[in-house]
Amino acid sequence: MGVEQILFYVFGAILVFAAGMVITVRNPVFAALFLVLAFFTSAALWILLEAEFLAITLVLVYVGAVMVLFLFVVMMLDINLAPLQEGFTRYLPVGIVVAGIIVAEIYFAVNAEHFGLQAVAEPVRHAADYSNTRELGRVIYTAYAYPFEIASAILLVAIVAAIALTLRAKRQSKYIQPEKQVIVRRKDRVRIVKMPPEREEPGTS
Amino acid sequence: MLENYLPILLFIVIGVAFGLVPIAAGKILGPHRPDAEKLSPYECGFEAFEDSRMKFDVRFYLVAILFIIFDLEIAFLFPWAVALDEIGMFGFVAMVIFLAILVVGFIYEWKKGALEWE
Repeated sequence: MGVEQILFYVFGAILVFAAGMVITVRNPVFAALFLVLAFFTSAALWILLEAEFLAITLVLVYVGAVMVLFLFVVMMLDINLAPLQEGFTRYLPVGIVVAGIIVAEIYFAVNAEHFGLQAVAEPVRHAADYSNTRELGRVIYTAYAYPFEIASAILLVAIVAAIALTLRAKRQSKYIQPEKQVIVRRKDRVRIVKMPPEREEPGTS
Repeated sequence: MLENYLPILLFIVIGVAFGLVPIAAGKILGPHRPDAEKLSPYECGFEAFEDSRMKFDVRFYLVAILFIIFDLEIAFLFPWAVALDEIGMFGFVAMVIFLAILVVGFIYEWKKGALEWE
């Protein structure tokens, strides 16, 4: 058994353990942190497959950004666990049926005959100067330029949707705008009005 | 190619060991005499005022999601920069269009005030 194989089994075991903990721990913050561990170990598995750019993007985007979002959501929801566990036995039969159907579907879609060296050719081992990033860059922006532009449109929709959903309230707090303070002139603020006196001068009547 | 990652593997192993060994040493070697008073929650001499789980302002979420979007944009820039000399003008223009579409979103969020923190 080579070193790579031992590493694969070590990372695979950590990944399965972390994935199991994600769905079994009580505290949702711990679950999110175990999901971080799962992402890290899957990144290690991708590096074993020589997909280095994807592995580092997984750490950068998912661990760096998506998990921050998950933690915010977990904290924002203010989850009280007791009401969530009500009706466990009532929903148990339906849950088991749905879970069984999903497991069966997964089994028929990806069972053992789709894996192994007889189904998938062994990936070619590359030399030390091979750059996976360069290989990806060669095709993303030429052969897959159209999906790439669609990705930017999706990101644009995400920006607009996030702002539309969260930026509803009018700004409550008062704040100063220095540039407006600087350009203001006397005539913008003060108006001198000439008017006749309202009362007669004393001593004239 | 994998041999390039051996230093990183060693780094991870040493880093995990560096984090775990002191905690484990403290657990194993230190004295353990817990009692009810030691284990009770304590906050600056008072009983804890409230639950530590509280509602966050949704604006944190907005900042995080805008960060993710531009993080993804940066992730697309890396392979482009590496392969720029091979993909030619077509690849260059493809990235310019990609950036132009995202700049529309950037201007939108700027004008909308989503980047300002009251």
